[in-house]
Amino acid sequence: MTVDMSQFLETFYEESFEGLDIMESSLLNLDAGAADEEVINNIFRAAHSIKGGSGTFGLDAVASFTHVLETLLDEMRDGRREVTGEAVNLLLQSVDCLRGMLSALRSESELDQENIDALHSELEDMLHGGAGDVSVSEKVEDTNTGSASDGSGWQIFFRPLSHMLLSGNDPVRMLKELRELGELSVEVDTSTLPVLSELIPEESYLAWNMILTGAASRELVDEVFAWVDGDCELIINPIEKQADIAEAAENNNDDGVRGELLNDRRMESSDRRKSDRRSASASAGESTSIRVGIDKVDSVINLVGELVITQSMLGTLGEDFDMSKIKHLTDGLSQLERNTRELQEEVMRMRMLPISFTFSRFPRMVHDVSQKLGKKIELQLLGEQTELDKTVIEKIGDPLVHLVRNSLDHGIEAPADRLAAGKPETGILLLNAFHRGGNIVIEVKDDGNGLNTKKILSKAIERGLVSADANMSDEEINALIFLPGFSTADVVSDVSGRGVGMDVVRSNIHSLGGTVSVESKPGVGSTFTVKLPLTLAILDGQTVSVGNEVYIVPLVSIIESMQVKAEMLNYVAGKGEVFRLRDEYLPIIRLHEAFGVESKVMEITEGLLVVVETEGKHVGLFVDELLGQQQVVIKSLEENYKKVEGISGATILGDGSVALIMDIPGLIRLSSIQPDLRQSA
Amino acid sequence: MTAGSTELQVNNQEYSVVELDGNDQTEQYLTFALAGEYYGVDILRVQEIKGWIPVTHIPNTPVYIQGVLNLRGSIVPIVDMRLRFNMKREEYTPLTVIIVLSVKSEIHERIVGIVVDAVSDVVDVQNDGIKPAPNFGGAVSTEYISGLASVNEQMIMLLNIDKMLATDDESEVLPDKNDPEK
Repeated sequence: MTVDMSQFLETFYEESFEGLDIMESSLLNLDAGAADEEVINNIFRAAHSIKGGSGTFGLDAVASFTHVLETLLDEMRDGRREVTGEAVNLLLQSVDCLRGMLSALRSESELDQENIDALHSELEDMLHGGAGDVSVSEKVEDTNTGSASDGSGWQIFFRPLSHMLLSGNDPVRMLKELRELGELSVEVDTSTLPVLSELIPEESYLAWNMILTGAASRELVDEVFAWVDGDCELIINPIEKQADIAEAAENNNDDGVRGELLNDRRMESSDRRKSDRRSASASAGESTSIRVGIDKVDSVINLVGELVITQSMLGTLGEDFDMSKIKHLTDGLSQLERNTRELQEEVMRMRMLPISFTFSRFPRMVHDVSQKLGKKIELQLLGEQTELDKTVIEKIGDPLVHLVRNSLDHGIEAPADRLAAGKPETGILLLNAFHRGGNIVIEVKDDGNGLNTKKILSKAIERGLVSADANMSDEEINALIFLPGFSTADVVSDVSGRGVGMDVVRSNIHSLGGTVSVESKPGVGSTFTVKLPLTLAILDGQTVSVGNEVYIVPLVSIIESMQVKAEMLNYVAGKGEVFRLRDEYLPIIRLHEAFGVESKVMEITEGLLVVVETEGKHVGLFVDELLGQQQVVIKSLEENYKKVEGISGATILGDGSVALIMDIPGLIRLSSIQPDLRQSA
Repeated sequence: MTAGSTELQVNNQEYSVVELDGNDQTEQYLTFALAGEYYGVDILRVQEIKGWIPVTHIPNTPVYIQGVLNLRGSIVPIVDMRLRFNMKREEYTPLTVIIVLSVKSEIHERIVGIVVDAVSDVVDVQNDGIKPAPNFGGAVSTEYISGLASVNEQMIMLLNIDKMLATDDESEVLPDKNDPEK
């Protein structure tokens, strides 16, 4: 009987990548040197599943590679091998290598055979040398088990747990497979079979005592049961007691582990499922699907139910309405408002994921980079459970990586320098995420040397980014690092320092509607602060009117709105209008000109100025009137049309009409080009 | 396995029946009037027809982009066909309608509304009755006409809407200086 396995292949890849993630994070936990048995077990289990799966799907390269890995882990698990930093590094490399192999297989591209072979032999070397004598003898057994016990066989006791059938495993199939391995005699144990009236057809009550004679190896027998590992009681013993002593030792050893594992595997299988689910969403990075907790879905369904009730109530009310029922109507409407608001919040909550999905990649990165740089760095993560929109989570990863690398490379000093400066040898890098006023704030903080303002300034002058006689405050100088083409690293490393970093970080964060700023104290450290909107789907906006059109100005960028008096206005020849606000002169953008709308209000003093701030610039937007503040749902213009300069999207107002949402930086760009266009037109 | 292969055969037969049908297929077109001429669009591309309602103007776009409209939660651009084809602008009347079309490009499918003088009819056109468009000096560049069909002595120009409403096309095809109003 053949089953089309290809349909499960994708699931296998997905699970394997999850497994690798678990291995990686567990390996990083091992770093401390003290080997926690549970952690090693975790790693071992993940490796074991990958091996089992890859064997089943005929991915021999992966299977044989994982096999060596597994043997090494097995020794660690039994305490026969010490967990050294060297071993952990090798295992981490192996995880990377496996990930590469699996991605290559998935995309059907070439395997990096050289790398695989190199690591493979390195693993073999570690396995043979360095370890205790036990592992040497095990190697001997390995070859023995391969050739199997000649003419002997196995005594197998197999009792599926009652739920095993639900997992889609068929004992009959397994018995058939066993039969292919040699001569099989089977005895059924029906002792737990209940009377027919109490029998649940979906559960398994049987157990089998089997004797398999033939030259089958232990591995082959194990493979038959690989899929039900943890879902059954399984005892496998060799029949021939006079078999090779070494082999018996191995079997006992293995059985010992197995016996131990039987119980805790059963308990862990549920834990594991939970942790699988959590880690699963981590791999959802590129996919467009999202895993949502059933409680969230249920609460949405509840709310929809309430909404339907409200709707039918209002419907009944509308059938024969007279003014005496006006109170019922207002009650109903306020109920409707509450329902919709709750529903909106719940649905938004579905898209929220904890930021730990982004943070989880950093322990490994910090580990690798600090080793490469020869620095001692401790990574601290705070606020990992802070939730933000899935889209934001996906896009904030790269900018954060840049910031972290920057801090590792430029921020934290080498141990010797740190000691010389009277600081502890180990530098601290803190990633902190928290909510503040409708925004998510992510801080990347190091206790390094801080930004070198002198160096930045001289570099900026050298690159012609500022004039040599510029008189700038430290904050202004620090902000220069976000300019394109800026890097002060003395040596261009492959970690950072190619000068493409910070401006890319800034533009990426801007595209998410966020901002980034830096604070630095010489010798004490620097803090990069990223501020992001909670969601990309809803925006707090101020509606303004210009002529007959209504526009939305994002509330976050508004500083204040005011009516200006004539004496506050100034005209700069050929450059347009400015007005004085306290001690600053701010340029005025006439929205009706920028957007080509006919407006009755032409005098600045008759309309209103909305003062907005973006990228450190302040600008006054001239509008006819302020209408009100409201939350608006952002709709894409690009979906059916294309990007329009100065407009970031559109929304639908209460009356069903469309209002455009302003993109303030784009608008400033637009209006700085506009005068020339108008002149030439 | 035997069951599977019979099924396959059945499917094959059904498929070939459809193919036989396609040899002298008729297709349906929605026709509309524009400055006294009749044009047709593939009816399968028509999402809906609605009366003219005021739209929201989008700044700094070609004149023929009238603006955007809320179509059950989607923001849909509205193209005035008269302006698209450099014809004289007409005041909108109660007959003026918006035909909402689905436009396909290499990247994705978009929804676009076009403003026309009036919709007239749905006609059946036989595939072999479609003639290639000659290069005539009409208002509409032949680039956007996939063919001519004659129905009840009436000539209908069949439009290639994918080409006509492609967004990257607009600036080159209709520079503002060609606007007849200027």
